[in-house]
Amino acid sequence: MSLNRRVAAAAPAFLWGVVSVGIFAGLWELAWALGYANPLLLPPPHIFLSDIPGTLRYFDTTNTVGSNATGGGLVALATTIGWTTLRVVLGLAIGFVLGVGSGALIGYFAPFRNLMLPLVTLLAPVSPVAWLPVAIFLFGIGDVPAIFLVFITVYFAIVLSTIAQIESVPVNYLHVARIMGATRWQSFYRVVLPSVLPALFMTLRLNLFAAWMVVLIAEAIGVGSGLGQIVSVARSTFNAKLVFFTMGIIGVAGFLFDYALRQVQRKVLWWISTNSSKAAL
Amino acid sequence: MTPAISCTRVGKIWRSADSANDVEALRNISFTVMPGEFVVLLGPSGCGKSSLLYMIAGLEQPTEGTLLAHGRPVASPDADRSLIFQDASLFPWLTVGENVTFGLSLRRESKAKRREVADEILRKIGLADAADKRPDQLSGGMRQRVAVARALAMRPSILMMDEPFAALDVQTRAKMQDFLLTVWKDSGASVMLVTHSIDEAIALADRVLVFTARPGKIKTEVPIDLERPRSPRDPRYRELHDLFADLLADEVDRAFEQQEAAAE
Repeated sequence: MSLNRRVAAAAPAFLWGVVSVGIFAGLWELAWALGYANPLLLPPPHIFLSDIPGTLRYFDTTNTVGSNATGGGLVALATTIGWTTLRVVLGLAIGFVLGVGSGALIGYFAPFRNLMLPLVTLLAPVSPVAWLPVAIFLFGIGDVPAIFLVFITVYFAIVLSTIAQIESVPVNYLHVARIMGATRWQSFYRVVLPSVLPALFMTLRLNLFAAWMVVLIAEAIGVGSGLGQIVSVARSTFNAKLVFFTMGIIGVAGFLFDYALRQVQRKVLWWISTNSSKAAL
Repeated sequence: MTPAISCTRVGKIWRSADSANDVEALRNISFTVMPGEFVVLLGPSGCGKSSLLYMIAGLEQPTEGTLLAHGRPVASPDADRSLIFQDASLFPWLTVGENVTFGLSLRRESKAKRREVADEILRKIGLADAADKRPDQLSGGMRQRVAVARALAMRPSILMMDEPFAALDVQTRAKMQDFLLTVWKDSGASVMLVTHSIDEAIALADRVLVFTARPGKIKTEVPIDLERPRSPRDPRYRELHDLFADLLADEVDRAFEQQEAAAE
């Protein structure tokens, strides 16, 4: 599909996005203009976006606890977003790989099932936030506890989803593989894995937002850098401008993250029909 | 000549947790299929004829009796005894060409060799342009032809089909039957096809095995003494049709009663 047509196809969605956010911002501005929104507590967009260089002073390029802000700027903003993103990416990747691996072991080998399934079922409902102290006891202050929390957020969901998906692989797929002479291992990575990946990827995407929330909490408490730390600083210094500015950044970054995952999905899981792949034929 | 398939006193019981609910699917089945022969298994649904194909394919084990393929006991699945299902069961993550050569890729044949085989077989089945398409871009009949091609790529000597055309519309079905006869003559394989359609049985078979309702037994065996292509207007065709209809009538009633009883 040509770029022009792609742009044309995406235009209505983009316009609705602008309208949707615009109405929300407009109502907020109206509340401020009528005196209902105290600009110190709920500064409307035109205020918290007014002094961006000033706001950016709170961002820092170093990734250590207790460093003095080095003057900020866009580089510092990008670095901060980058650290947070990196933690999420690592946590998701490790959680996905180990989750699929554990799920497959549980699904295929009875001893693993007997040993691990009760534990997984017991731990899955525990909120990732409850793991935060454990993460800090285990790994101290730094990147690792944040990555660990993201890992915990997706790991159990992926394990349970993998077990369920493996059970729902069409039995005729497995028959075809056996007739064609596949070994057990070939059946798994040539047939079972591609059958279950699309649903697992959906599980990953659904848990992305949870992971995104958890990393901010971890950063606020156990890391000392990243977007979560900025929110924490803003809260303790009563800097409403900084709070809302950072919230905006977090929202946009989360949205872009989901968009990136969708692109990965489209490339890697190309056989799953999406709206645009139909248009691309 | 050694039969391609030789089935002696085969029985199959589906065991359940408490033996009271065991289901006897097949009882005392004996028959042979010669190399290059086209045999249709005709019977009411649920009479165990599909189970028989699964056992010959090596996907299930008989509870009694012996199953030989080319004189050797059937122990496990083998691409030489290929089974094609009602749903084409193509892998959606592979292109049509990759589906066709799936078996060859398991044997680590070179990419060039696989491409060559895929192109040749797809040309034969009239889908030369489809190699790089996705299975979901094909119609039901095309998908089923690709499933046949996937089996043929392994050069099987025995081709089994479990109601392969049941999900297709009547016109496509007739086309697919012609297609199957061409493939059969071309490949020289023995074909065993399960159906509950009398017309399909008469259109295709050298010999029809008529099954009873559960537990499935072979009620009778009818050779189809008609030249191909066979026309429904042929008086002999109509005689055969009446014969099969009479043979099946009681069995269909019994199968129906069994299903009603099971549902209560």
